[in-house]
Amino acid sequence: MSESDYIQTLSAVIEEANATQEALQILGGNSKSFYGNKISANTLDVSKHIGIVDYEPSELYITARNGTLLSEIEEILEANNQMLPFEPPHFSPSATLGGTVACALSGPRRAYASSMRDCVLGVNIVNGKGEYLEFGGQVMKNVAGYDASRLMCGAFGTLGVLTQISLRVSPKPHSEITIAIEINQREALENMNAWTQTQLPISATYFNNEVLYIRIAGLESTTKKAHQEIGGQIIENSEKFWNDLKNHQTDFFRTEKPLWRIIIPNTTPGLPINGESCLEWNGGLRWIKSNENTQQIINLCKKMKAQATLFKTNSKTKDCLASINPNIQKLHLNLKTAFDPKRILNPGRMYSWC
Amino acid sequence: MPNRSEIPTLFSDCLPKNNILTSTETLRPYECDGYTAYKSLPLAVLLPETTQQVIDIIKTCQSESIPIVTRGAGTGLSGGAHPISNGILLNLSKLNEILEINHELQYAHVGPGVRNLAISDAASEFGLYYAPDPSSQIACTIGGNIAENSGGVHCLKYGLTVHNLLEITFVTIDGELITIGSECYENPGYDILALLTGSEGMLAIMVEAKVKLLPKPTNKEVILAAFNKVEDAGNAVAAIIAGGVIPAGLEMMDNAIISAAENFCHAGYPTDAAAILLCELDGYGDSLQWEIDQVTEQCNLANAVSVHKAEDADEQELFWKGRKSAFPAIGQLTPDYLCMDGTIPRKHLAHVLSEISNYSKEIGLAVANVFHAGDGNLHPLIMYDANNLGELEKAEQIGGKILELCVSVGGTITGEHGVGIEKLNQMCVQFKREELNQFERIKESFDPTHLLNPGKVIPTLQRCAEFGKMHVHHGEMPFKDLPRF
Repeated sequence: MSESDYIQTLSAVIEEANATQEALQILGGNSKSFYGNKISANTLDVSKHIGIVDYEPSELYITARNGTLLSEIEEILEANNQMLPFEPPHFSPSATLGGTVACALSGPRRAYASSMRDCVLGVNIVNGKGEYLEFGGQVMKNVAGYDASRLMCGAFGTLGVLTQISLRVSPKPHSEITIAIEINQREALENMNAWTQTQLPISATYFNNEVLYIRIAGLESTTKKAHQEIGGQIIENSEKFWNDLKNHQTDFFRTEKPLWRIIIPNTTPGLPINGESCLEWNGGLRWIKSNENTQQIINLCKKMKAQATLFKTNSKTKDCLASINPNIQKLHLNLKTAFDPKRILNPGRMYSWC
Repeated sequence: MPNRSEIPTLFSDCLPKNNILTSTETLRPYECDGYTAYKSLPLAVLLPETTQQVIDIIKTCQSESIPIVTRGAGTGLSGGAHPISNGILLNLSKLNEILEINHELQYAHVGPGVRNLAISDAASEFGLYYAPDPSSQIACTIGGNIAENSGGVHCLKYGLTVHNLLEITFVTIDGELITIGSECYENPGYDILALLTGSEGMLAIMVEAKVKLLPKPTNKEVILAAFNKVEDAGNAVAAIIAGGVIPAGLEMMDNAIISAAENFCHAGYPTDAAAILLCELDGYGDSLQWEIDQVTEQCNLANAVSVHKAEDADEQELFWKGRKSAFPAIGQLTPDYLCMDGTIPRKHLAHVLSEISNYSKEIGLAVANVFHAGDGNLHPLIMYDANNLGELEKAEQIGGKILELCVSVGGTITGEHGVGIEKLNQMCVQFKREELNQFERIKESFDPTHLLNPGKVIPTLQRCAEFGKMHVHHGEMPFKDLPRF
């Protein structure tokens, strides 16, 4: 199907849904269906809209259709010594570009490179009225009109169906090594936060089971120099280690317990929540497996200026994502109406009230 | 709608008398921002000193239906803070307190009237700085930077304002005070922080911000490469980036700018070169030397006449002084100029520059070029004399053509200056009707009564129709069901 035929078909489906007031549930690779709220609605399968549309290594961007597999994008970038700087997770091989942008999850490099939303240059969408809209573009600087592109990041498809996305890419480091230091959590947090104020070429940190892992990126001579400054032991299979971590393939993430994703100011000491935890992003992202009462965890996190998301759970829970203030909720609802006045697209997928 | 004489009474509960300006003499300095081609006096200028005063003013404006144009230092170049005669100019420059420098979490908590450079100055004692550095950073305020999503030399590597912003507190048109963002790496919900950044004062009024601070690079080098052809300099830029180097800054200047800047501040620029590249590199350990070698090699391969690394910090500063003086320096060559701002994919640089030169010859006005080459952000300076009848219109005509050219090669009509009133026509070129309507609905979701900066950024349908020279056949308007106003 040609691009214009696809857009026409998609617009027609959404217009029809508007007419019948029947909501649509957008489905790509289905690799993150566990994340956010479950909803009941007619399925709108967008996984067949695939292909890399444009890639210019010297311009530092890639443009691809929403259903394109993340793995395909990373493969072509790898062949040109480039990468997605936000190092997105793949929770299954079916992970697509559209889902990655809709959920806006970033991987281990986030604290030292970019977040998912930082890398979006432009998006094409079909909004809830069935209108095809193009925002942003392929250049790094663009302030024409409102930044509707970044508004789509993490919106769970509630404002529009993403059809095409342009992302900023970056050169891959020459090499990366990972060193491990046995240390307690307090010392780990102190060290990680001290390093953020230096020029050390760190590209990721992770703390679990009293071991702090530090990934260093650069020329071989610079990683060697940084290793000498930091100390610790080099671990084998550095690449696999970080891939397994970002894709939740490590033992820590194999659990039946509710898994919490807590975003918190880096320097915050350990959270008093019963359960096993690990830390990423210099302590700015904490994963906790815990059977503690949901509301208690949320309340505790609020007190500590943290945002608690119930990332994965077997129980039927509404509004798993970190909550937002009532006055901001009002702006959300206004924006939802501005893009999707009849609440056709993924209603309730992000928050039950939106 | 109140008249000017009623303003002091109307706002007497909001502000001290001295913070309300209504006489012609006191309003005159506010008749335009950095886009000086058009001028008009506002109804009044209000100078709040606290957030509560801002809230009180907004509530009064809303109850009286008075439009509000917000301004900081007024250095914007697209007329985003251009006053309107039936509205107040809300000047936030007195909200200029640095509330906190948090060196552990690496942010600065500031009022909107704090100057961009003052943030780095305050953070300096902790070895930190604020990376986005518009050319006007000595004067421009962070509030304006957020309103325009400003860039500058360092944004190729360190990002624009939107990438360096953690939290903002703003007042809505209803007078509600809302904080969005946090000291964390992520925030829940729609990315309203990004939406407000670059929204040109159309959605809300920012009263506080937390901006990210970075460690100051301990090692940096600046390279000056000279070329006999602009095209060669453009090719060097593409090759440097394709080779895996992301410089901290990568700027290009053409011969007209080189000569003007050299004459202005004696930076040591080669005045016989067709173009120069200024490339700043920073890095850890051997990576800095590797990058210097790469840049030198790529410039030589692209036929550079000379490649010179600054000897010391003084020479580095001098090189950058020349670049930062480019805009004032051009004032030696012409009584007036329009500074345009479009972005293109770098691969089209040579073509676009050649077309700009053709436009210049066709219309008989000189154009000098200085730009952020690393991110394709052009700043053609169109020289004219406002005293010569019709020259401003000619300059605007070329400017419009240049922006449309940027769109035609896959770029955008504004990289960092915003749309303001300057580029309203070109919004109709870059966006189709449905997209402009969507912008309008975003605007209305924040400001349903259109009191915030009315007439800016989003063109009316009628304007687009007229700009596009809509064909009216036998008196029948196309899309006649559309409202036109």
